[in-house]
Amino acid sequence: MRTLTRVLEGIGSTLQLLVQSLSHVPTLPRQWGRFIEQCYLIGYTTLPIVAILSFFIGSVLALQSGYSMENFGAKQFIGSLVGLSIARELGPVMCAILLAGRVGSAIAAELASMKVYQEIDALETMNIPPARILVLPRLAAVLVMMPVLAIIANLVGWFGGAIVAKYTDFIAIDPPAYFAALRRFMEFKDVLNGLIKAEVFGFAVVLVSCNIGLNTRGGPREIGASVTRAVVTSLILILVLDYFVTKALL
Amino acid sequence: MADSRCSATRNPFTHTETPAVSVAIEDLSKSFGKLEVLKHVSFQVEPGEIFVLMGPSGSGKSVLLKHIVGLELPSGGRVTVDGRDAAAAETREQIRLALVFQAGALFNSMTVYNNLALYLREHRVADEAGIREKVMRALQILSLEAAAEKYPSELSGGMKKRVAIARALVMEPQLMLYDEPTSELDPVMAATISEIIATLKDQYHVTTIVVSHDRDLALNIADRVGILMGGQLVFLGTRDELRASADPRVVDFLNPKIDLANPRFKQLET
Ligand SMILES: Nc1ncnc2c1ncn2[C@@H]1O[C@H](COP(=O)(O)OP(=O)(O)OP(=O)(O)O)[C@@H](O)[C@H]1O
Ligand SMILES: [Mg+2]
Repeated sequence: MRTLTRVLEGIGSTLQLLVQSLSHVPTLPRQWGRFIEQCYLIGYTTLPIVAILSFFIGSVLALQSGYSMENFGAKQFIGSLVGLSIARELGPVMCAILLAGRVGSAIAAELASMKVYQEIDALETMNIPPARILVLPRLAAVLVMMPVLAIIANLVGWFGGAIVAKYTDFIAIDPPAYFAALRRFMEFKDVLNGLIKAEVFGFAVVLVSCNIGLNTRGGPREIGASVTRAVVTSLILILVLDYFVTKALL
Repeated sequence: MADSRCSATRNPFTHTETPAVSVAIEDLSKSFGKLEVLKHVSFQVEPGEIFVLMGPSGSGKSVLLKHIVGLELPSGGRVTVDGRDAAAAETREQIRLALVFQAGALFNSMTVYNNLALYLREHRVADEAGIREKVMRALQILSLEAAAEKYPSELSGGMKKRVAIARALVMEPQLMLYDEPTSELDPVMAATISEIIATLKDQYHVTTIVVSHDRDLALNIADRVGILMGGQLVFLGTRDELRASADPRVVDFLNPKIDLANPRFKQLET
């Protein structure tokens, strides 16, 4: 019962924060500097880990599918399988999970410490809404950077699959054949679906992390608790949203 | 109070006049769970006066200040600023008020300069050149020019305090609240701060509420003094009345004797 009320409270305050942030959208052009800074923090710093992880996911997918499809003599379809899995599902989900770990945690830590050390209170007495200068630029930045991250995850993942497909003895498919298979069964719609998913997940991760950070109460020890809560909540949310968004987009 | 109604806050930077505001605390109570921090506190602060609130540590002074800026909501009673409910968000839009937090509450991710400039930029008070002028002026008043490009983590406790005061000054407030502005400062700087508070009031008629343990400050610059003990106001009067007070609680609070033969902490044990 206590957990349920806390979950409902959390949903309520998150939506409230969203509405507040949206009401400040007209101030966005003036906050260009903050927006660029957040794009850098969200996009540029997450990029290396996204690239590394998607390369290996693509490779492993090729390896696994090569191993099992060889039995059916269907290994020429490896490219399609790797391509579709990454574009529709693994790319966006992986980007969002990395975002939760890398960016969601950092946002929660920063805002929680601002709250604990009364910086948020100071902003409020100055009549500067935290939603305007702390939340809105981050939401705008994640909307711009998430598709970029997801596209890079796709490309690197496909490429990783291609390399494994060529150099593994029992697969040995040349890149042109691999990419031809990849293109044959994939439509633009598949990639677009993946990008929409990434966008939804990324937005949710940033919004939830901001809200948890801003609602921190108590002393410095609560900062750590807020970070953990932000990451765990983000991960659960990503998986729940994944189901519903996938269903809606089918 | 017809005459003080007309008194105005003259802004130290633009020299425009805005009316000074009054503050009314009416039967204010506040509890955190079972802990009753404020118990039916009532007093008025007149426009343009310096009101010093004293009291032992933990008596609820900081909590009371937070009610005036709307950061805490009353459990009972009411706080109004110029007749407007302090808890309402619109009040902060209509009345410029600044609180110097006890712990400073500086923005740790920004330089001292940007800490001061944030308010001016966000409210588009002036262009960058104008902002620079105002910020440097405030830093100069508190002899902080050399610290402009430093981050709060690079400052001493007393410097942080002065930055917090400077940051409040640039807001050109109609109501200025200080939470222990002179603690952590050396005696000369403490006296300087008292002078600044008094000067601002004399020249610009800023309504000022100072929470402080500093007897020198209270006895030199206060128009009126309130003493809060255990969540209740035990004294309210001018500084002359404070000097003359015979109330044993007040006398002991202002001039505590260090009695080694019979120390206080041992009295508690028995
Ligand atoms: N957010 C809060 N939650 C629970 N208790 C609180 C909270 N804020 C303050 N208190 C309690 O209220 C009482 C008064 O605190 P307050 O900070 O107002 O003291 P103070 O008079 O400012 O003391 P000092 O001179 O040491 O600053 C303390 O007992 C404190 O523990
Ligand atoms: Mg205090």
